[in-house]
Amino acid sequence: MASVPSKLYSDDVSLLVVLIDTNPFFWGGVNTTNASSSLSFSTFIAHVLSFINSILLLNQLSQVVVIATGVNSCNYIYDSSSQTVTENSENGIIPARSSQILRKLEEFVSADEQLSKDLSQARVFSLLSGSLSLALCYIQRVFRTGSLHPQPRILCLQGSPDGPEQYVAVMNAIFSAQRSMVPIDSCVIGSQHSAFLQQASYITAGVYLKPQHLDGLFQYLSTVFATDLLSRSVLELPKPAGVDFRASCFCHKKTIDMGYICSVCLSIFCKHHKKCSTCGSVFGEAHPEVTSTSDKKRKTPMA
Amino acid sequence: MASRQVVMRAKYKNSVRDPGIQGVLIMMEDKISFTPDDPTSSVRVNIEVKSIKSLKFSKEGSQRALLNLILDPDIKEGGCIFEFEKFSDRDVCRDFVSRVLAKLQALQSSVKDSKTVSERPVDEQLSTAEMRHRMKLLQENIELQKLHKQFVISGVLTEAEFWATRKELLAVHASKTPKQRVGFKSAMIADVRPLTDGRSNLVTFNLTPEIIHQIFAEKPAVHKAYLSFVPRKMSEMDFWKKYCRAEYLHKTKNAVAAAAEAADDEELAVFLKHDEILASEARRKLRRVDPTLDMEADQGDDYMHLPDHGIFRDGSKETIDTEYDEYKRTLAQNLNRHAAVVLEGRALDVELGDTQTVAEALFRYKQSELATETSDENSTQERLERLSRMTEIEDLQDSHNLPFAPLCIKDPREYFDSQQANAVKALGDTEIGTKPVNCVLSTQQAYGSLKIIISEIKENGFSYPIVKPDVALKVLNGLTQHLSSTKHHLGKSPQDTVLDRLPQRTREELLHHWACIQELLKHFWSSYPITTKSLHTKVSRVKDALSEIYPKLQGIKESAQSDFRHQVSLLVQPMLQALDAAFAHYDAEMQKRPGKSAERPNGYA
Repeated sequence: MASVPSKLYSDDVSLLVVLIDTNPFFWGGVNTTNASSSLSFSTFIAHVLSFINSILLLNQLSQVVVIATGVNSCNYIYDSSSQTVTENSENGIIPARSSQILRKLEEFVSADEQLSKDLSQARVFSLLSGSLSLALCYIQRVFRTGSLHPQPRILCLQGSPDGPEQYVAVMNAIFSAQRSMVPIDSCVIGSQHSAFLQQASYITAGVYLKPQHLDGLFQYLSTVFATDLLSRSVLELPKPAGVDFRASCFCHKKTIDMGYICSVCLSIFCKHHKKCSTCGSVFGEAHPEVTSTSDKKRKTPMA
Repeated sequence: MASRQVVMRAKYKNSVRDPGIQGVLIMMEDKISFTPDDPTSSVRVNIEVKSIKSLKFSKEGSQRALLNLILDPDIKEGGCIFEFEKFSDRDVCRDFVSRVLAKLQALQSSVKDSKTVSERPVDEQLSTAEMRHRMKLLQENIELQKLHKQFVISGVLTEAEFWATRKELLAVHASKTPKQRVGFKSAMIADVRPLTDGRSNLVTFNLTPEIIHQIFAEKPAVHKAYLSFVPRKMSEMDFWKKYCRAEYLHKTKNAVAAAAEAADDEELAVFLKHDEILASEARRKLRRVDPTLDMEADQGDDYMHLPDHGIFRDGSKETIDTEYDEYKRTLAQNLNRHAAVVLEGRALDVELGDTQTVAEALFRYKQSELATETSDENSTQERLERLSRMTEIEDLQDSHNLPFAPLCIKDPREYFDSQQANAVKALGDTEIGTKPVNCVLSTQQAYGSLKIIISEIKENGFSYPIVKPDVALKVLNGLTQHLSSTKHHLGKSPQDTVLDRLPQRTREELLHHWACIQELLKHFWSSYPITTKSLHTKVSRVKDALSEIYPKLQGIKESAQSDFRHQVSLLVQPMLQALDAAFAHYDAEMQKRPGKSAERPNGYA
């Protein structure tokens, strides 16, 4: 269905980009451990699809885009604006939209598997940076269609843990979202909190939530994450207690209040180094007295 | 608001027993004067408020309502005693004097202190203007005044140290230009119309020194003619007569007549013809215009095509005769020239009046201006360079890329690790988020199971209901509870802060302490590394002041009501942490110090 030319976008029309974590290692692990608090992929998909349907029912102009976050790739799974609902559902059991999403999801998982053949086994982190970038690209395109567009936001449904090597890419995506005023909501369905998403939601003024009762995921999604940006100003949403932005040094991983920072790559060190271990920049000697070896020798027995 | 002046009937006495002289007492903020009723009386009292040392007064209910101003003994021994008719009158005066005195003392103490301080270090010789500016800043900013009073006057920080961190405040003042100069009037002198009396053919022009100055500035040819003709060739009167004659001819728009007259009188011709100097000046200016600016681009401006810019003119008189062209002046030319002169401003500081001096001064000024202009001969070169730079064809140029070293980050995981630990800790979760997921599964198994699940869903559909009612209720209750508890802790709306809900006194104390701590810590940390003796004493002074605040903070924490105790302690916590960090650093440095000074026996500390 092509978009209606005379769309009247009011403040409460949303463009929701949902990022679904399809890390097979995470979902497989969930299935085998079979812990009471964990969520099976089928339940997860059922809840998310119902949620997407409810978003589209809330306002007929609202738009939903689904992006799958795989281990080796990311891709768009569904876009409600370019949807063609001519065919009926395959077997009458599943509604057309859901079956379309499921089919695409299956294709995506197969494609993702193909890519993993020639990759090492150790990489089990989902490509959050990739899917965030896809989401932001989509939103940028919407922004450029003109002054009238739905209010965009991103919802991250993340189960697998953060991939530390994606740090730079993820932070860049987060700051880009902040710049274009796109809130990133995060719903952590894994067993651990996500530092990435916590920061993402904090920086972009989104909602960060780690549901306690995962079998009631749909309720969380519809109560908290269905709220459009206009209603957020009048509704009370879960607030984080605050993010601890104190850093720990790269060399000993201890939390510090004062330290040395590389002026090139912003690495943090608790003491003066001759060379930055992260980017290799060579530091000049600012205070020969402070860094003299005699000082350090005397300092060590005291500490 | 308190009144700035108090007028009261009173008796002036030299001593308590003196019967006194009846009169009027006028109290103002800077002085107090007493005028006796009897104009013949020689008693006149004028007291500067700053000479008052203190004041005494009789108790209410005693025999007389007295007010005794004890003055500086250098000015007058004893004091001035005033007796009032009523105690209420006395009290009004007493309150006024004490208020004025308090104000003065507050000012003086800060000045005095800063003066005594500024005498200590040699480099701190402040001008009175600077001093006054600092005092003004203190008066305008109560917060600053509080800090100043607390630290500078108590000796924790010196005046210089205090202001060193606020250079920007002082600098703002310095950049203010003091005086505005009066420029030329923007009204055109063309408006100085010739006056005709209507009966005779006499035409009167009225020239004032101001107008003459303006004529010289606007018409360099007239200026030049004046310098060369007056007084050698003709008198000033004759000169201006000729000038007015020329102006009159211009006014009548009679180019033919003007040409005829100019042919007869070569001096008159100077005024009638186009101003050569102006033209050359314009050409010179034109040469300095940015060569990349396309001046012809706005020639199509419609406004320009209208004759005389829409101002009505009798077209019949306009002859299109090139022969007389040079005797015509358009309104646009006059207007532009006038605008240029007004914008240039008045550069002369000569007293207007004597035409000769004005003319000469203007001449000197023009000369010096010309000299500076010709001195930058290399501007032509620069102009040419600029031209070639602007007209170069991009495709034919080398790439202008600056040399750069690509940023190569060895391991971005380090960044993650440096933040992750704290971020997760804040959520009360000890589990580290990077714990690898179940790797027991092979890639094939993992993907296989995922695909099986998807195809199962496709076959069997979803299990209904999607969410069980009891679970949904549990979730809803949980969320509501969570929300109401955070609301309680963090306040109703994100706009109002915790501070707003604290009692006024506690709030102000907290803010004040925080300001103090910030000020002191700024000085504390900026003193490191300690390289001089004075820095060493400064650090210990600041540290002592900091340690005085510590128990005060504890006091606030303990004295807070139970409702607010939690919030207050949350607010106080970062302050205490900041103090602790400073103390720890201080102690660590102190422990290092003895060894160091032993190593360097020549007092390098």
